[in-house]
Amino acid sequence: MDLVANNLSYKPDDQYHLNEVSFNFKEGNLYTILGRTLSGKTTLLKTIAGLVTPDSGEIEFDGKNFLKVPVWERNVAMVYQQFINYPHLNVFENIAFPLKQRKIDQSIINEKVMDALKSVGLVGFENRKIQELSGGQQQRVSLARSLVKNAKILLLDEPLVNLDYKLREQLREEFKNLFSKGLADETILIYSTTDPRETMELNGEVIVLDEGKVLQVGPAKEIFENPNSLKVAEISNDPPMNIIEAKISDNQIRFEGIDVEAPQHLSKLTEDGLKIGLRSSDIELNENGHEFEVELAEISGSETLLHLKRGDTKIIVSIEEVLNFKIHDKVKINFKINRAYAFHADGKLASSPFGGLNG
Amino acid sequence: MNKLYIFLKYFFIVVWTVFVVAPFLWALTTSFKDFQSVNGGVTYIPWVDFEPNLEGWKVLIKSPAKGGVDIIEPYFNSLFVTCTASLISIILGTLSAYALSRYTFKAGFVKNNDITFFFISQRIMPPIVLSIPFFLFLSSINLLDSLTGLIVVYIVLLMPIAVWIMVDFFNKVPREIDETALIDGCNPYQAFLKVVLPNSIPGLIVAGMFCIIFGWIDFFFAFILTFTEVQLLPVKIVALNSSVTPWWSLSASALVSVAPLIIVAFIVERYLSKGNLSGAIK
Repeated sequence: MDLVANNLSYKPDDQYHLNEVSFNFKEGNLYTILGRTLSGKTTLLKTIAGLVTPDSGEIEFDGKNFLKVPVWERNVAMVYQQFINYPHLNVFENIAFPLKQRKIDQSIINEKVMDALKSVGLVGFENRKIQELSGGQQQRVSLARSLVKNAKILLLDEPLVNLDYKLREQLREEFKNLFSKGLADETILIYSTTDPRETMELNGEVIVLDEGKVLQVGPAKEIFENPNSLKVAEISNDPPMNIIEAKISDNQIRFEGIDVEAPQHLSKLTEDGLKIGLRSSDIELNENGHEFEVELAEISGSETLLHLKRGDTKIIVSIEEVLNFKIHDKVKINFKINRAYAFHADGKLASSPFGGLNG
Repeated sequence: MNKLYIFLKYFFIVVWTVFVVAPFLWALTTSFKDFQSVNGGVTYIPWVDFEPNLEGWKVLIKSPAKGGVDIIEPYFNSLFVTCTASLISIILGTLSAYALSRYTFKAGFVKNNDITFFFISQRIMPPIVLSIPFFLFLSSINLLDSLTGLIVVYIVLLMPIAVWIMVDFFNKVPREIDETALIDGCNPYQAFLKVVLPNSIPGLIVAGMFCIIFGWIDFFFAFILTFTEVQLLPVKIVALNSSVTPWWSLSASALVSVAPLIIVAFIVERYLSKGNLSGAIK
């Protein structure tokens, strides 16, 4: 039972929310839709759910035209980023709602709801009001409500984004366990997120979406190692990959008066307008390195993000410890240049350290 | 400092209570007075200051032939017209408001907000402007001087209030709740009835309260659109006034006419104190 979409387009105003989106989702798999805010992730999920009717294109599920099936008969489940539950019902009634709607026997409903409560760790909360729960608990309730239906298609729209850091880590872990053991083989799980780390951890098939267009499709590892364009490299890295305008000649990468010896996979690229991409984690502080000026230093968790500048080149460096810098401090850094990517002037990948399009 | 605070608090509570309750007490005592007691200087305490009697109240239920102004029928007329018109206004208003809140309408330059404003604009117009059209309209469909005609007019007057309050309320209920209901297997009507409406009870109560108040206190249209067959309470109360102002029966009728509103207020207050009005939507 595959979910197949062909050239879905949706343009309610002067911007494309979906632009010729096609995919082929197979049952029993996890698909991650990665994209920045307003990239069309939610629209895509809503289109699959039937809440949005595309201007053109087709969706087929199980060989049937899905666009002809109204939302309430599609047997999909969806979890929103804003913890949507029914405020007038308690936890038990919330989870039982979709089952009641199907007129299932009360004893079976009780059993299924208790199972769902168990799997999201909310046993004992049955009679609580929704408003009495924390954000994380509310999101668990809506997850339970979507699990209890045994839907063939489970849509999760940035389910962790409105939670605080710790809860997010914890729920993400639980999601992973749940997905790996709890889901029936015939379920198609579609998870949208803005967070590249989440994408890598979930480790499913990734669809990179930007301005309604699919930029790249592939396993998480492939997207991380060989992003096919500058855009994908930006979207699939947090902080975004550093992009440096450079020239390669005589086996040297030159920019802002710095010469770095080009690694083998970059040495043959001598064209104009070449852009070098380097992850913020692939730059390190080094006494013998090149001098940059600190523009901003932010501490996030146990990491320090340094925004550096030299001439017109701005880069971000992430360091795995908490360090204090002042604005306009001078720091010396070294590039792990053998991890560098190169992109053509039009943004397409020219060469990656993992062997994509070598030379 | 703390004692001063408590003192001030109770001081103002007492002042305010006197301010609110005094007119009622005044009306209550006056309703039991006769001509002498009203005109014989300031008196407050029954049996000490003046001799109470039930004349003022009896006038209200005596038939006009016996020198009274039978308000019982107008009272029930008013109750019937107000409740029916409010109920219909709430039902129609809620449905329109839901449509205006959730669907996009477009007819040339007219959009949702313009339609909502059209409803509100019905209340901005001074009533006198509406009186002639209403009069002609009702007379052309033979509903002048009838309860049905009054109900029709009151629906026109009350529905905008319901639409106005409910549009605002529905706009605050997240659209995703409707969508979730659809995904969970409700068709649009079930989504509205099973999910949106139960979460809108506070708004319904507020809208209902306003409709009842505005319907109940209306004098102008009741005065213009009825003559002899049907009369509503406010018109009848005014009819009490004659060459000698009957303060006692006026006070009595004032108390009777404000009673339903006080009952409504107590019910709403009950509901409010249960905390049901707040926090329905997080």
